Amino acid sequence: MINLDWDQLPDAEGHFGPYGGKFVPETLMHPLEELEQAYLEAKSDAAFQAELDGLLREYSGRPTPLFFAQRFSDHLRGAKIYLKREDLNHTGAHKINNCLGQGLLAKRMGKKRVIAETGAGQHGVATATVCALLNLACEIYMGEEDMRRQELNVFRMQLLGAKVHGVSSGSRTLKDAINEAIRDWVTNVRHTYYLLGSVLSSHPYPVMVRDFQSIIGRETREQILTKEGRLPDVLLACVGGGSNSIGLSYSFLKDAKVAMVGVEAGGRGKALGEHAARFDGGKPGILQGTYSYVLQTEEGQIANTHSISAGLDYASVGPEHAYLHDLGRIQYTAVDDGQALEAFHSLSRLEGIIPALESAHAVAEAMRLAPRLGRDRIIVINLSGRGDKDVQTVSQLVSAR
Amino acid sequence: MRPAADGLPMTRIQEKFRELKRQNLKAFIPYITLGDPDLETTHQLVLGLEKSGADIIELGVPFSDPLADGPVIQRATERALRNGFSLKKGLQMVSEVRKRTALPLVLFSYYNPLFAYGLSSLAKEARSSGIDGFLITDLSVEEAPVPLGLIKETGLDAVFLAAPTSTEKRIEKIARFSSGFIYAVSRTGVTGMQESISEEVRPLLDKIRAHSNLPVAVGFGISEPGQVQEICRVADGVVVGSAIVRSIEENLGSPHLAEKVGDFTRWLKGGG
Repeated sequence: MINLDWDQLPDAEGHFGPYGGKFVPETLMHPLEELEQAYLEAKSDAAFQAELDGLLREYSGRPTPLFFAQRFSDHLRGAKIYLKREDLNHTGAHKINNCLGQGLLAKRMGKKRVIAETGAGQHGVATATVCALLNLACEIYMGEEDMRRQELNVFRMQLLGAKVHGVSSGSRTLKDAINEAIRDWVTNVRHTYYLLGSVLSSHPYPVMVRDFQSIIGRETREQILTKEGRLPDVLLACVGGGSNSIGLSYSFLKDAKVAMVGVEAGGRGKALGEHAARFDGGKPGILQGTYSYVLQTEEGQIANTHSISAGLDYASVGPEHAYLHDLGRIQYTAVDDGQALEAFHSLSRLEGIIPALESAHAVAEAMRLAPRLGRDRIIVINLSGRGDKDVQTVSQLVSAR
Repeated sequence: MRPAADGLPMTRIQEKFRELKRQNLKAFIPYITLGDPDLETTHQLVLGLEKSGADIIELGVPFSDPLADGPVIQRATERALRNGFSLKKGLQMVSEVRKRTALPLVLFSYYNPLFAYGLSSLAKEARSSGIDGFLITDLSVEEAPVPLGLIKETGLDAVFLAAPTSTEKRIEKIARFSSGFIYAVSRTGVTGMQESISEEVRPLLDKIRAHSNLPVAVGFGISEPGQVQEICRVADGVVVGSAIVRSIEENLGSPHLAEKVGDFTRWLKGGG
C-alpha cells in the first residue's frame, strides 16, 4: 500500500505528483491566484462554512440517503449493494454541492456575473439554480450536440433565468464548451466568475471542487458505519472529469482496505474517437489548463470522444485521478454504451430508481463485480444523478432497435 | 555572430531588434498559422511578408483546441489540420524557407503539440531547421523551468506573454525568463481584431520596462495602420495576427494569395 500523506496533496502550485498545475494564458494567471486566495480564506471562515452547510441541508436536502438496494443485490447474487443517493439532491445530481460552494465564493469575491460550461446539462442546471438563488447573472456554454441530446436541461436552464450559448466548434460537446467558457473568462475576467463543474482545469479548481464534493464521502462513511458497523469493501463511481468519484473516494483514501473503482465511458469501440476511456488509450498531455491523461493523436491533437452519456464524453480527466491511477489507489475500468443502457434498465426495474446514464456506468460495473464477491462484501455505488434527463435519449434508442 | 551580454552568441531575434534600434525603427511582426491552408502557401507567405516589410514572423502551430484564439485564427487552425498538418512537415518547410531568408522566425504554439513531439528533440530540430525562438501560449512561468531549460540550451529564445492582469511580481518573473523580446498582450481577451487600442497598453509597458531592458512587442487586436503607428510610438514592436490571417482567408483559392496578403501587410505597415 502506498504510504502517502493525502492531505499534503496537491503541492503549493497544484501538482498531484507530476499532474495538475497551471497551464493557461498569462491573462488568467493572476485571477487564478486571486481565486485561490479567496478560496483559502473562505475555507477557514466558519461563517462561510456555516452558510454553505445550511444551504446544503435546507436547500439541497442533504444528507442524501445511503440506500440498501436489496432487490438489485439479490438479483446479482453477490455483494450487498448500497446506493449513495446523490440523485436526490435538489436539481437531481451531485453537481449542486460544488455549485453552492462556488456560488457563495463568487458572491464573496464580489463578482456579479457567473459563467459555466456544461456537458449533460446537470452542471449547467445546478449553476443556473444557484445563480437564481444568489441573484447572480448566469451564462452557460454548451456544445450543440449536447444541447440536442439534453434538450430538457437546456429549457430548464432557461427557465431558471440563464442564457445558454450553443457551441458549434469541434465535436460540439463538453470540451468545446470549456474552450468557449475560457474564451469568455479571459475576456471578462475582471468581473466574471468562472464556475467550473468538475475536478479539471488549473489549480485551484481541482482542489476546490474536490473539497466541495467530498461531503459525499464524509456522509457515506458515517452512514455505512451506522448501518453495517464497518467500512465498505468497494466504492464505485463513474468518471467523466471525476468530481463525483473523488467526492465519494476522498474520505476513504487512507483506508487501505477500501478498494475503489472509477468507471470510464467505453463508448462504442476501442478505436480513438469511439470512447472516452482516458486510462485505456490516452497518454499524459496538457489540455485546458492542466496536465493529465488525454485522448490525443500522435501529433498531440486532441481526439474526439464518444459516449452515450454527455457527462462522461470528455478527452481528459482530473489530474488527481491521473495520480491516483498511477499510484494504483483507484482502479479504472470502462463500461460501454450497451452495458450502461442495460444497467439503466435493470436499476429502474429492480429498484424503481432511474439512474442518469453517467451513473449507469457505475451501476454496470457493479453488475459485473458483485456476483464475483461474497454476500458478506459491501459495495457502495455513487448514484451521482437521476435519469429523467435521459429518458428521451433512451426511448429513442429503444424504438430504434 | 556578436556575443550578447550573457556571453552567448546573439540570436537572429536579438540582432534584429538591435539593428532596428540603431536605425530608430520598430519591429513589425506578422503572425500566420503554419499550414494555412497548406505548407507550400506558408512558404510563399513567409517570403512575401519579408518583401512587404516584416521584421520577424510568428509561425503558429495549429492545435485542435485553441482556447486563447478568436474565430479567425480558430478557422485557420481548422484549415491547416484538415489539410493534414504535422509539426514534422512544418519544420521541413521552415528549413526550406530558411535557405531563402534570414528573417527571425518564432514558433508560436499551445504546449500540447510540442509536448507530444518531445520538447527536447523538438527544440534541437527546430533550431537546426531555422527557428529562432519559442512562444508557448499556455505555459505559465510557474510551469516553465523544465521546458525553458530545454529550449534555452539549444540557443533558442523563449518569449513569454505579459498581460494587463499580470502583477508586478509576475512581470518580474516573466522578464527574468524571457529572451529576445517580451510579448505584451494589449487587453484581456482572445486574439482578434479591435476598433481601438486598449488604454491598458501604456501602464503595462511601464510595468514591464521597470523590470526589463528587453524589447517589448505589443499584440492582440491590432488591425489597422493607425493602430500600428500608435503602438509603434510606445513599444519596440507590433504583432498583427488575426487581421493578416483574415486577409489569407479572404484570398483563399487565389493564385495571387501571397501577393495580396503582402499588399495588405504593406498597407498595414503604413507603406501604401
